[in-house]
Amino acid sequence: MPNIEEFIGDIFSEIGEAPDLLLQYLHAIQHEYSHVPEEAIQLLSERLKTPPMKINAVIDFYSFLHRTARGEYDIRFSDNITDRMLGNQLLFKSLCKKLGVEPDVPRADGKVTVSLTSCTGICDQGPAMLVNGLVVSKLTEKRIHKMVGRIEAGIPVANWPKSLFVVKDNIRRKDKLLNDDIIKGSAIGALAATGGEVMLERLENSGLRGRGGAGFGSGLKWRLCRETEADKHYVVCNADEGEPGTFKDRVLLNSYADELFEGMTVAAGIVGAKKGLLYLRREYLYMREALEKTLQERREAKLLGKKILGHKGFNFDIEIHMGAGAYICGEESALIESLEGKRGIPRDRPPFPVTCGYKNKPTALNNVETFVAAAKIAVFGADWYHSVGTSQSSGTKLLSISGDCERPGIYEYPFGVTIRQILVDCGASDTQAVQVSGAAGSTIPPQEFYRKIAFEDVSSGGSFMIFNQQRDLLKMVLNFARFFTHESCGFCTPCRVGGRLLNDLVEKVMVGYATRYDLKEMERIGQVMKKTAHCGLGSTAPNPILDTLAKFPGIYATRLHNTSHTPAFDMTKALDVSRLLTGREDEGAYVERTDEY
Amino acid sequence: MNTENTFRLDGKDIPFKKGDTIMDAALRAGEYIPHLCHNPEFKPHGSCRLCVVDVNGRHQASCTLPAEAGMEVDNSSDAIRQRRELLLQMLFVEGNHTCPACEKSGACQLQAVAYYIGMLSPHLTHFFPKRSIDASHPDIVFYHNRCILCGLCVRASEQVDRKSVFAISGRGIDSKLVFNSPDGKLGGSELEFTDKAVEVCPVGAIMPKHLGYETPVGQRLYDTKPISVVGDVAAHSKPEKPFISDKSHE
Ligand SMILES: Cc1cc2nc3c(=O)[nH]c(=O)nc-3n(C[C@H](O)[C@H](O)[C@H](O)COP(=O)(O)O)c2cc1C
Ligand code: SF4
Ligand code: SF4
Repeated sequence: MPNIEEFIGDIFSEIGEAPDLLLQYLHAIQHEYSHVPEEAIQLLSERLKTPPMKINAVIDFYSFLHRTARGEYDIRFSDNITDRMLGNQLLFKSLCKKLGVEPDVPRADGKVTVSLTSCTGICDQGPAMLVNGLVVSKLTEKRIHKMVGRIEAGIPVANWPKSLFVVKDNIRRKDKLLNDDIIKGSAIGALAATGGEVMLERLENSGLRGRGGAGFGSGLKWRLCRETEADKHYVVCNADEGEPGTFKDRVLLNSYADELFEGMTVAAGIVGAKKGLLYLRREYLYMREALEKTLQERREAKLLGKKILGHKGFNFDIEIHMGAGAYICGEESALIESLEGKRGIPRDRPPFPVTCGYKNKPTALNNVETFVAAAKIAVFGADWYHSVGTSQSSGTKLLSISGDCERPGIYEYPFGVTIRQILVDCGASDTQAVQVSGAAGSTIPPQEFYRKIAFEDVSSGGSFMIFNQQRDLLKMVLNFARFFTHESCGFCTPCRVGGRLLNDLVEKVMVGYATRYDLKEMERIGQVMKKTAHCGLGSTAPNPILDTLAKFPGIYATRLHNTSHTPAFDMTKALDVSRLLTGREDEGAYVERTDEY
Repeated sequence: MNTENTFRLDGKDIPFKKGDTIMDAALRAGEYIPHLCHNPEFKPHGSCRLCVVDVNGRHQASCTLPAEAGMEVDNSSDAIRQRRELLLQMLFVEGNHTCPACEKSGACQLQAVAYYIGMLSPHLTHFFPKRSIDASHPDIVFYHNRCILCGLCVRASEQVDRKSVFAISGRGIDSKLVFNSPDGKLGGSELEFTDKAVEVCPVGAIMPKHLGYETPVGQRLYDTKPISVVGDVAAHSKPEKPFISDKSHE
């Protein structure tokens, strides 16, 4: 391994020296050394004039940064509910056993650490894992077995068979956005021909709304950004795609990167930005090299850099910034904090990023899909786009479909498509529920399958997870409750504490200790989170619980303890040791049970 | 009253100046909105969420929401009281708050707000987290058990003391307060007893050494009057005699 001081020196000369690049340095160091060694923290502290405390606080915030070594092979199993439905738990246990490791604990020889991690966005070809940042999809016992052999033999991941690391696009249905190709540079050319104002009108007329979930009008956003006076403006692409079950940005980044960068460049031309940033989730590190290559090709083709397409004064370039494992960094203001090298704590809004964003400058921040759509609208016009969709949701939407269906993958539909139609198309049968828009979304029962995907009906950021009648839906609820507890940034009381309380209550239901009273508590805590949380994470975290309590009461009722109240404290368990010591086997002898209430 | 720069809080007209938040204007007008992480001397944080009010039917933190003319602000409905009670209960069960054994009892803002709201018990399941006590500083003991992560010490140390002794680290329920010192202990930090950061803590997390039980029970800050009348801990906690560390204590 290289000398740390030299390594840090090299990163500094490569990407520059500034405190807001802290997270980028930490990412690079983590990747090289499988942790951020104490020596590196001291060196960074000296050079950035930041106390080690603050650097540690950043490291301890992000799931992919560590202060102790994880070893030569750093393995993380994706633990979304869809991975679980495909059997990731057995494979996880099997790998741990074969390697002789406890979860999260590095093996004594320092060779390997195995952990679970939040959804990695490979739900259509799970169960999936990351090995030193590379994706292994479609895990099987056979793959695990061979993997153990390679690890024990010390074969570097770079020399593992390439076939292990294949991630397919799985595009199953194309519509306007994926079908109608644009020639490289044509959107920028269209902007140059029309000028910013006309292009803005085109976007506004197209009715394009943000594809990251909130659905804010993209034309209006860019206009506000353009009209906010400042010495600098920025364009930021949100490629954090952390919502469980979403993987459509993965496919766009893989196969439509040119269109994405084209869209960002059009945005830059409109708002007057010289610099753009792509915030790429750490789970998608494996795509970085190809994305950098695309950027380089665009620079060589004069589509990025100085005097774009020969237009004097049109200067714009894009940098890729890595995330480090934090769902909250998909929230726009937390993302900006993270871009500035800090912990991803959402800012107060207002002011919104559009007037006061990255480095407190006006920032046009959009989802990957939004930029791709904007590039095509720039070329084909507003009518091309809003000729499909509904009156309030124009155009099309990419859905990431996973779970119980024959053909999981990417489906592009005009807005207004019914859930029933989607289920038919992807080969789902005997469906019990669909979770639309991820863990934070809504749980849809069969009697609502007539509903439409649209901002005014069932809104979706892109995730569409299917559960058939054989599934235990409470497992989904528990998986999501754990996800939110793990991903809460911890800033505000209702989400930090309430999320954990909800998680514990769902667990109580799961083991059959909960009563009707506990269900009321879940409802009460959930409502307070919705009303008081500082950001969208905390206010949507109770959704799967509240939705299933209302629409799938059976998954709770069948497990309830038949009393009005049972304490969370488990007396029987607490007496385990005493019983063992005294050789008694009369569990529950301390209480007279009545099942009348 | 000029309605151009007033809003209504529970039916009363509250005047405000440009740049005021709901909280700023309400406090100036002598109206109490329960809060823990707010202190008018510092940039608002908005993390405890106790001050969430209903503004034109939407739920908003009054410490961060800019006041606007004509707003209808509800700060006293029963629904709001119940929300606040639950938030307080969350704070109580998250840490280890054994009030009868805490020296801050009676002069603690968490406790005082809980009395004001009418919280009778913590109600929720206690987390009983394992948290430590840091007694490495010559003049100060730090009780992680009682820290509610309001970030006031962080802001005071940064903005007033210009030392950045404190930061919040970790994520989610594992968030915790950390110190800027070579070994991570408070003793090695630049914190001094007279620092603003020591004054602002609303609970019994940052406690003086050598000054045990100076004020008898019954005469403490909130013993006779409620917090809505008395105000914040920070407004009263300027140490009477600046305490200079005496090395002979060590
Ligand atoms: C907890 C949370 C996570 C989010 N994650 C993402 C994400 O991964 N990708 C995304 O584009 N937007 C995400 N958003 C929405 C963003 O805050 C923001 O609205 C969006 O990126 C704006 O782009 P758009 O207008 O193109 O949709 C998230 C929001 C919240 C509250
Ligand atoms: S709701 Fe609060 S704790 Fe949860 S992620 Fe948002 S700011 Fe953080
Ligand atoms: S120590 Fe006190 S002031 Fe600092 S964060 Fe904790 S409760 Fe707030």
